[in-house]
Amino acid sequence: MGIWLLRRVGQIIPTLLILSVMIFGLQQLMPGDPALILAGEERGDPQVLAQIRAELLLDRPLHEQYLAWMGRVLQGDFGFSWRIRVPVSELILEKLPVTFQLGLMAFIIAVLIGVPLGILSAVRKDQPADWAANGAALFGISMPNFWLGILMILLFSVQLGWLPPSGYVPITEDFWQSIATTIMPAFVLGTGVAGVLMRHTRAAMLGAMSQDYVRTARAKGLRERVVVWKHALRNALIPVVTLGTIEFGRLLSGAVLTEQIFSIPGFGKLVVDAVFNRDYPVVQGVVLATALIFVLLSLLADILYMAINPRLRRA
Amino acid sequence: MSAVIQAGESPTQRAIRRFLRHRLAMAGLVVVVLFVLVAAFAPLLAPQDPNQTSWSAIRQAPSAAHWFGTDENGRDVLSRVIWGARASLMAGVLAVLGAVIMGVPIGLLAGMAGGWVDAVISRIADAMLSVPFLILAIALAAFLGPALENAMLAIAISASPVFVRLARGMALEAMSTDWVEAARALGNPPWRTAIVHVAPNIVPPLMVQATLSIAEAIIAEASLSFLGLGMQPPDPSWGSMLNSAQRFLTQAPWLAIFPGLAIFLVVLAFNLAGDGLRDALDPRSDRK
Amino acid sequence: MRRHFVAAALAVGVALGTGLAAQPAAAQQHLRIALREDPDILDPTLARTYVGRIVFASLCDKLFDINEQLEVVPQLATGYRWENPTTLIITLRDGVRFHDGERMDAEAVVYSLNRHANFQGSFRRSELAGMEKAEAVDPLTVRITLRAPSAAFLSVLTDRSGMILSPRAAEAAGRDFGLRPVCAGPFRFVERVAQSRIVVERFADYWNPSVIHLDRITYLPIPDNNARIANVQSGAVEFAERMEPDHVEMVARNNRLRVVQVPELGYQGITYNLNNGARAQTPFGQNPRVREAFELAIDRAAINQVVYSGAYTPTAQAVPPANPFHIRDFQPEARNVARARQLLREAGVQTPVRVELTVPNNPDLRQVGEVIQAMVREAGFELRINAMEFASSLQAATRGEFETYLLGWSGRVDPDGNIYTFVHSRGPANDGKYSNPEADRLLDAARVELDADRRRQLYAQLNQVALRQDRARMYLWHRKNIFIHSTRLQGYVPVPDGMIRVQGLRLN
Repeated sequence: MGIWLLRRVGQIIPTLLILSVMIFGLQQLMPGDPALILAGEERGDPQVLAQIRAELLLDRPLHEQYLAWMGRVLQGDFGFSWRIRVPVSELILEKLPVTFQLGLMAFIIAVLIGVPLGILSAVRKDQPADWAANGAALFGISMPNFWLGILMILLFSVQLGWLPPSGYVPITEDFWQSIATTIMPAFVLGTGVAGVLMRHTRAAMLGAMSQDYVRTARAKGLRERVVVWKHALRNALIPVVTLGTIEFGRLLSGAVLTEQIFSIPGFGKLVVDAVFNRDYPVVQGVVLATALIFVLLSLLADILYMAINPRLRRA
Repeated sequence: MSAVIQAGESPTQRAIRRFLRHRLAMAGLVVVVLFVLVAAFAPLLAPQDPNQTSWSAIRQAPSAAHWFGTDENGRDVLSRVIWGARASLMAGVLAVLGAVIMGVPIGLLAGMAGGWVDAVISRIADAMLSVPFLILAIALAAFLGPALENAMLAIAISASPVFVRLARGMALEAMSTDWVEAARALGNPPWRTAIVHVAPNIVPPLMVQATLSIAEAIIAEASLSFLGLGMQPPDPSWGSMLNSAQRFLTQAPWLAIFPGLAIFLVVLAFNLAGDGLRDALDPRSDRK
Repeated sequence: MRRHFVAAALAVGVALGTGLAAQPAAAQQHLRIALREDPDILDPTLARTYVGRIVFASLCDKLFDINEQLEVVPQLATGYRWENPTTLIITLRDGVRFHDGERMDAEAVVYSLNRHANFQGSFRRSELAGMEKAEAVDPLTVRITLRAPSAAFLSVLTDRSGMILSPRAAEAAGRDFGLRPVCAGPFRFVERVAQSRIVVERFADYWNPSVIHLDRITYLPIPDNNARIANVQSGAVEFAERMEPDHVEMVARNNRLRVVQVPELGYQGITYNLNNGARAQTPFGQNPRVREAFELAIDRAAINQVVYSGAYTPTAQAVPPANPFHIRDFQPEARNVARARQLLREAGVQTPVRVELTVPNNPDLRQVGEVIQAMVREAGFELRINAMEFASSLQAATRGEFETYLLGWSGRVDPDGNIYTFVHSRGPANDGKYSNPEADRLLDAARVELDADRRRQLYAQLNQVALRQDRARMYLWHRKNIFIHSTRLQGYVPVPDGMIRVQGLRLN
């Protein structure tokens, strides 16, 4: 396992390196001269411009700039927001917990909906329950989550007045209020993932139930429910766990719009606001941070997969 | 399970037959075709100019004169939904086409060349896939500037690594088959091998992936337009219509219902068609 | 001077009237205010945004304040006297302390005024440009010498230029003062989480504790209008500022909410880039006829009706009707598309004329942009809308990265504050770099003219030169400040400047 882990981590490094080159490239794509933008009112003063260029190493060749930038990134320094002069890393650390809470709730919802539906449809294969579950999954996958968000606001906030349509209360401040402000966006985010989870659970269950040991268990006369729960489900959960970890990255992506609709000051809103502020260091920082999270999550997924499924370790 | 394999039937014929018998997939295909027709004939179908404002008729509820009501500038929502189909379908199809054109040759190259070429390409694809699709598209759209064309380009770039991986995998598979090895042994140049032997094999999975990717690209375009990074006013796009509708949720809910319904339907249709296509082309599955 | 006594008497009256009733409430009085934008830096010298001023109202007391009748009343000052037309004597309140315990005295006032006037990158510089020097006569008296008589100077001291900072804290923090402002207001800074909240708490040593009933105020930037109204409806906040006309109807039947509407001091308008960098080098930026055509293609009243249900007041000038310097017979021209087309032909430009309109990324302003886009299209303009977050749009405007810019100005009591900084060739907010010596002369003259009639005359002439002749910018309408607050909140006094004064506020 140790060697495998080393090799797996070793694979990540070139991926991250290439990613860093790409993001550094984005920097070059950026319209406008950063020195001019940072100089603000003093942009007419060539001395100020020269000073800023020297500070940012803009007067050096590209590869030197890249190495210096990488050096800073490795120390967790993603640069400063142009707009409010706050370190990007600070902004990200501030917003990430909000999105994390949202993502976690969405994921719980997705598992609560997706896994039971997947099991049900596998057990009742080719029966109405299977069709209904499949339909629901397709529905969840095809539903644009920003529209679902709007529909939910229309129903639960405008018509029924049960839930606040938007805003956010930190969980540290008021637990129930926090849940009330995040339950709709979490549900919206969770539906799409629930659909994907349902399909995979169904496929995994069907696969597991056709395996020899399940057949043997059946042949031994074990009750159907025991077969389903004890043998098939345990094996079916392996891909669910790993897939779930990866789907978490997808949640981050979906959070961009959901946070916009529900005015939740999280990671997604950070990046959208940064785009409209033309605050490019923040955009870059967010891209790099999500990639990092994503890569670490898939590493975690692989480790989990190994841990659950010892047979693979030798492979 | 009833496996009806008719004698003398080619795999393509079999796939078509299975697809035609797949009721849900057919329903999806019909809806897709309908939307394509609507987009193509938008100028004829739309009752009004989608950008024609009418200050005396703002935010009117659906009626005989305006089936879907009017928006905050007195424009006919039905006409805007019809014209919006153009933006959505064009963005979806062109972006995926771009992703295929970018991704497939690179993937084939990686799969056939192997060695360091493969390693470099694969790592680049991994790196791109490690950024969530929409965030990558938003970042690219931000740097390119807000416009429908730029949104399409951003979506195409973001979607391309999936096709790189797909093409690479298929190429690797095909390369290991006897007949490709034979073709190479006979001295065929690699590009010829690629076109004659590898390409036909990757078409079926490519079609499935492309159909599903179009669904995703349509949502992505709507998302970018919703955020104001796609179609620019006054031209209609379902996403941007939903954006302005948000302001009038209480006063004019119909503004949010119709464009959203359109996105949902067309995405659902592409997903149905894609699923059906996958089932039909899957040589292992012989049901449905 | 008589005004001085009126003002002082009024202040004492306010202090006594509310002071007697003051009892520390048993429960924590925590007021939550939903702001329409996230403020910029909280340094009175460097701050630029209107919304920041709302926060300063609790943090930083000023030498003077204004009341509902737009009269100048003392705050940290106890009174003022003109020794001669260019020498102002201000007497200060005794025993005032800054949040860091330092004494607020004449030295601190001199320090603050000089910092506002000279600090690198100060946005107060032009407001205080007329100040030659400020000196401490004794610990409680400041003498300010002006370069020329100024009709507007005193009103400048009712806003950020009149905010007094703790010299010790300002010296220590330098450019970072805004991260932890230390002033002499009734509340002191606790924390700020960008785009999320600003928290202030009651300052125990405030000079006028009897009018302060709140213990804590949290300012929450909630740019989304629906979110802001929902928050005040659900009771998550007690106060929401700058709501839209649409919302008035929505909460009319809610007896737990009160709507307050006040005509603003400012305006909404369009700034044209005439001379600021490469983006000005277009037919639009260079030819006043093209701009005249643009203006004639726009129907202000119709936009007002479509976007704001007719709640605002269409205008052609910078000063609202309630202001004595409003020019009655300077009204918007009627929309005339035929004339606009003809002007474009006369200008010899190729149609459609491409123009970009930078719009702050608010839904209502985006819609205004779209309506304008549709209107001017009929006259032969192709308008592209460029939506940007507000703070960034301001920056872009300063840098000349715009062609036309839909900009609101919160307004000042004195007309000078609404015009000079935007129209004078040396005005710091003259983002389009309009420059006409005749306009400069009129503005400079109006600044020092103390006779109201003659001053009004100068502004009337300025309108003819800068607006009708040069088409330097376009004014659209005067808005209304619409506030919605919980009926639990008592003691709110609406003032046309739209600030939320915390004195006298109390929660039941």
